[in-house]
Amino acid sequence: MVLCVICVALALIPLVGVVGYTIVRGAPVWSADFFTHAPTPEGIPGGGILNSIVGSLIIDGMAAAASIPLALAIGLYVSQSHSKIAAGIRFAADVMAGIPSIVVGIFAYGIIVNTMHHFSAIAGAFGIAVIMVPILVRASDGAFRTVPGDLGEAALALGAKRASIARRVLIPTAASGLFTAILLAVARGAGESAPLLFTAIGSQYFTASPMQPMAAMPLTIYLNGIQAYPTLQRIAWGTGLLLLLFILILSVAGRTASARLGRRA
Amino acid sequence: MLGAAVVIFLALLLGLAADLVYQAAPAFAHFGFAFVTGTQWNPVTTSYGALPFIVGTLETTAIAMMIAIPIGLGTALSLAYLLPKRLRLVLGTAVELLAAVPSVIYGLWGLLVVAPWSRTIIEPVIGFIFGHSGPASGPEIGIGLLLAGIILAVMVLPTMVAISRDVLMAVPSEQIEGALALGATRWQTLWRVVVPHARTGILGAVTLSIGRAFGETMAVAMIIGNTPSLAHSLFSPAATMASIIANQFTEAVEPFELQSLIAIAVLLLVMSLLVNVAARLLVRSVGRTHVSAA
Repeated sequence: MVLCVICVALALIPLVGVVGYTIVRGAPVWSADFFTHAPTPEGIPGGGILNSIVGSLIIDGMAAAASIPLALAIGLYVSQSHSKIAAGIRFAADVMAGIPSIVVGIFAYGIIVNTMHHFSAIAGAFGIAVIMVPILVRASDGAFRTVPGDLGEAALALGAKRASIARRVLIPTAASGLFTAILLAVARGAGESAPLLFTAIGSQYFTASPMQPMAAMPLTIYLNGIQAYPTLQRIAWGTGLLLLLFILILSVAGRTASARLGRRA
Repeated sequence: MLGAAVVIFLALLLGLAADLVYQAAPAFAHFGFAFVTGTQWNPVTTSYGALPFIVGTLETTAIAMMIAIPIGLGTALSLAYLLPKRLRLVLGTAVELLAAVPSVIYGLWGLLVVAPWSRTIIEPVIGFIFGHSGPASGPEIGIGLLLAGIILAVMVLPTMVAISRDVLMAVPSEQIEGALALGATRWQTLWRVVVPHARTGILGAVTLSIGRAFGETMAVAMIIGNTPSLAHSLFSPAATMASIIANQFTEAVEPFELQSLIAIAVLLLVMSLLVNVAARLLVRSVGRTHVSAA
């Protein structure tokens, strides 16, 4: 009994530690300049992470735009079919979710960087999208399956076509579950750095072109955090706090939305 | 239209495997099976072997499991049966939020906060217990195998706890009531009835955690020291398959090194796929599939 309570405490200490330290070390770094300026050259004070913030928004935005329609279509198909193929795809999505993110990074490198012959934000977005797809497939499959079967059958009996059943019945009814799925998948994608290491690769400069190398918050944390200079480590902590807040807000919002859905069902 | 989406999905999966094998083919063709058993990683002599990284991956995972299995199981039992209902929900959410923290932030915390503790407290204590010999020999520098194992344990805990809790709660209440009716104490009921009944699912949770630990990249790359040699001690710097790729890929000095790194990725992919398929089959056989958002 006591042993189990000790286990719970041991499991929670790291959460308090990692969140606590990120706040304590990150908050003093925050200033208006930190969010509104690109980095200054080494040794020159000032500068910020505007390029990383914009880079993350662009890369994750592109990844979401590519993965959400594709994955939701697959989720819809899998949820409405009882065939062996659907079961197989479900299994494949589970297994795909277990592929290490660094391996996904090499895939994006091989497919896009090797073809374009240079690093680019779009290659990074491709990697993040590949990470997001299986998560979205499983979660949207779950959301679509919470729609009672008789709703669809009633629409079918009224003479509705399958496409309009999907659009008018399934998607609106499952909307809140789909919303949760998207929030959690974006939260996951936004925190990934391994697929960006040799695709978007990072940049000291402000750019909004998807064809150029681009900074992103996780990359900035990694590249500055492993340096021996306290000024660079401070940048890593400040960026870490912003990324952590962003991801925790998305995760909590996602969980609250699904909890509300659960209570209604 | 939905069919097209499914085709794209399968093409993505197969494309991933095919692309990796294609990129790694020259390395495999040149070294053959010796690639897996080679212990050298030396661009100067163009000899590349993956054994130090395979061993490093297995060692860090083993350390992580030794820490995470008891703590995870204890936490799962508490969340399933022991704590008051209200507390279960709050603490359950808290543990799940651990999974949302990005890998690179664990790495930052591990490198800048935990590594100094490791150097000044954890490693000296373990060194003292083992008499500064065997697995606890060598300089205590903070980063290395042990620290990577500890941080990995933290990172796999949410997976372990969430799935074990679900399979523990799926144990039929008749079993529990029966045991209690026969006069078993609460502890005997949990340990002799509930845990054995859920053992397949718990094994699935452990296997899935092993899969996560195998592939974990950023945090490990930041705290393991990235040394391409076989580690002799818990305190030695080492490298895992994922960490050496993250660390060397953009710095590979010649095409052969790049191809050899991609060959390591192929091995890592195969290991992860095997472990994940096994885990999914184990968890599924309990009859409760766990939709993992983590």
